[in-house]
Amino acid sequence: MTDLSPGWRFWMPRQGKSCVFWTRTPRGDVPALPLQVEPQATIAEIKNLFTKTHPQWYPARQSLRLDPKGKSLKDEDILQKLPVGTTATLYFRDLGAQISWVTVFLTEYAGPLFIYLLFYFRVPFLYGHKYDFTSSRHSVVHLACICHSFHYVKRLLETLFVHRFSHGTMPLRNIFKNCTYYWGFAAWMAYYINHPLYTPPTYGAQQVKLALAIFVICQLGNFSIHMALRDLRPAGSKTRKIPYPTKNPFTWLFLLVSCPNYTYEVGSWIGFAIMTQCLPVALFSLVGFTQMTIWAKGKHRSYLKEFRDYPPLRMPIVPFLL
Amino acid sequence: MASSEEDGAPEAGGDREAPRRRRRLGSLATAWLTFYNVAMTAGWLVLAIAMVRFYMEKGTHRGLYKSIQKTLKFFQTFALLEIVHCLIGIVPTSVLVTGVQVSSRIFMVWLVTHSIKPIQNEESVVLFLVSWTVTEITRYSFYTFSLLNHLPYFIKWARYNFFIILYPVGVAGELLTIYAALPYVKKTGMFSIRLPNKYNVSFDYYYFLLITMASYIPLFPQLYFHMLRQRRKVLHGEAVVEKDE
Repeated sequence: MTDLSPGWRFWMPRQGKSCVFWTRTPRGDVPALPLQVEPQATIAEIKNLFTKTHPQWYPARQSLRLDPKGKSLKDEDILQKLPVGTTATLYFRDLGAQISWVTVFLTEYAGPLFIYLLFYFRVPFLYGHKYDFTSSRHSVVHLACICHSFHYVKRLLETLFVHRFSHGTMPLRNIFKNCTYYWGFAAWMAYYINHPLYTPPTYGAQQVKLALAIFVICQLGNFSIHMALRDLRPAGSKTRKIPYPTKNPFTWLFLLVSCPNYTYEVGSWIGFAIMTQCLPVALFSLVGFTQMTIWAKGKHRSYLKEFRDYPPLRMPIVPFLL
Repeated sequence: MASSEEDGAPEAGGDREAPRRRRRLGSLATAWLTFYNVAMTAGWLVLAIAMVRFYMEKGTHRGLYKSIQKTLKFFQTFALLEIVHCLIGIVPTSVLVTGVQVSSRIFMVWLVTHSIKPIQNEESVVLFLVSWTVTEITRYSFYTFSLLNHLPYFIKWARYNFFIILYPVGVAGELLTIYAALPYVKKTGMFSIRLPNKYNVSFDYYYFLLITMASYIPLFPQLYFHMLRQRRKVLHGEAVVEKDE
């Protein structure tokens, strides 16, 4: 995305309520269709007005800023309160086609749920013809299917009923990237776990029981954290607060890490890897851990920047270590 | 992977690490890099001379790879350090680009020519060896002279013009070599794991090679056009409008 986008200048008369839009072009400033804008207008309202004259750039695609290289202005910002004089110059940047977070999450999670089941039921053309619609004789394979499916059903339900997103949208190309990752790995794992030549874990039922315990504890933990984070933020608001442990013991991990949801998530996948003793699952866990560590470190840094009294004992994702 | 996740917490994406200012290299870093680039220039020069001498004495390319393989493996493997240079910031190139570049060389040397003996006498091997040798001598001497602040124009010219021919020639040599190796890989099933096994995974080196060959299609143009853009910027001082992603 280049920065060669037009800028707008609008005149903010000291007492009056009307403002005029100008469009900056390479030939100089050219007045656009004049629009009335109140000085008390929010950025969100300005974006809506802007969409009326430029319908291809809906509000979610607009980034308005006071400086071409500066940060985007927030939708809640009020024009009058911004550091502008009687003349305000706003720079516009096209963020590209956008898609809602909810849509992305639902799509990227529904895929693995469905794809895994295709392999579990040994739908034709995935394995040799003589195995079509046969069932594995290993109990761990059935357990693995339940766990994997539960995990993604949980994620879908959380997306619909639990999570409160700060942003409405993300760039459209992310859905292709994300779905390739989730769907690709799901197919790769499911292929081996449900394969007719699958080898069950070396230490048998003991290993599976331990792994299941880890998995269940981490799923409960992850869900508890999601609920705790939801309760931090009232519906419709975008407030940010430091999360603290609640009465729920699973949330006590907040004492040691900033993002226990990620800690529990990695734990769940480690459990699943031990349960299935499948190398692709271990690799998926490793890649996921790497990505979640990057996110956790970023979030941890944001917390430290925003809150002076942030608990010093906490690490981003792994207690005491990382 | 979603570019960032969300819950009730502050946004993660906004911060960036403070941009590293490496315009002034410490004297230790300069000394090390100078040594490194001089050593690599010398190494590839030795390779070039060895190759020319072999051809002059034997009149054939058969046995050429065998005679220079130790030197080639040593210097090409040593280039792994370049990834470290990027990681610690003493070289301003992206870790990813350098990583891809060096990995593809390590792959060709160790996983193809070293491991698949029957193809060592293919002509395509000479093709990429010559291309690599000329490229590396130019590149490392360019870095050496740049570090010493005495860069002769002809070296700069060579670095930003030779690649126009050498890149495609090298790629052709590499692809032809991998292609020649395919029948042997399929027959022997080398580097492959079959089911059933304890870790419930499988890997087929034959298909891996096919996918690698296919990956040249998107990757090579990107690297080539990157070099062409650099060339325009450096040799013709054009302002380059970079896409910021």
